[in-house]
Amino acid sequence: MLTDASILFQIATIGIIVALIHTILKQMDKEEIAQFVTLVGFIIVLVIVINRLSELLDQIRSIFLF
Amino acid sequence: MDMIQIVLLGIIATILFILLKDVNVTFAFIILILTSIIMLLFILQRIGFIIDLLNVLGERASIDGVYLKTILQIIGIAYITELGANITKDAGLTSVASKIELAGKILILILAIPIITAVIEAILHFLPSI
Repeated sequence: MLTDASILFQIATIGIIVALIHTILKQMDKEEIAQFVTLVGFIIVLVIVINRLSELLDQIRSIFLF
Repeated sequence: MDMIQIVLLGIIATILFILLKDVNVTFAFIILILTSIIMLLFILQRIGFIIDLLNVLGERASIDGVYLKTILQIIGIAYITELGANITKDAGLTSVASKIELAGKILILILAIPIITAVIEAILHFLPSI
């Protein structure tokens, strides 16, 4: 359970850092790189979520005898 | 205490959601999804105990295994449908959520066909043949 809550904090931190980098790069007039950074952060977070989701669906499938 | 853990997880998720909502909406929504996934994972381990109990009781009462299996499958479909529908509804896609719920209902009805047939056959068996 402790590790589970830390995943939430992890994703929140990634989100804040990505938003920070996005703002800084935008101030430096590098719009494309800012968009790219946001995209990369989103992909990293998406991988974490999809791993969790597959774990959940596997468990549902094994418990409910599909 | 498991309940306290669940409640605290919900509160932490709420705070993080409010924090991220103004900064980055996508990440805030991902926190929403992850919270429901974690809570469901946490509670599924407990559901396993109840299902073991149901299996033992069913064997005691010598109920046909097919019926119990069908009911468990229906419960599983209901959980997955709820998860998907709630996540889509939170994102504001109410029409997609209602379609997911419709699909869940139809699939549950299809799974229940053997049970319905058995009930109708039992009723017909009781009726006196004219």
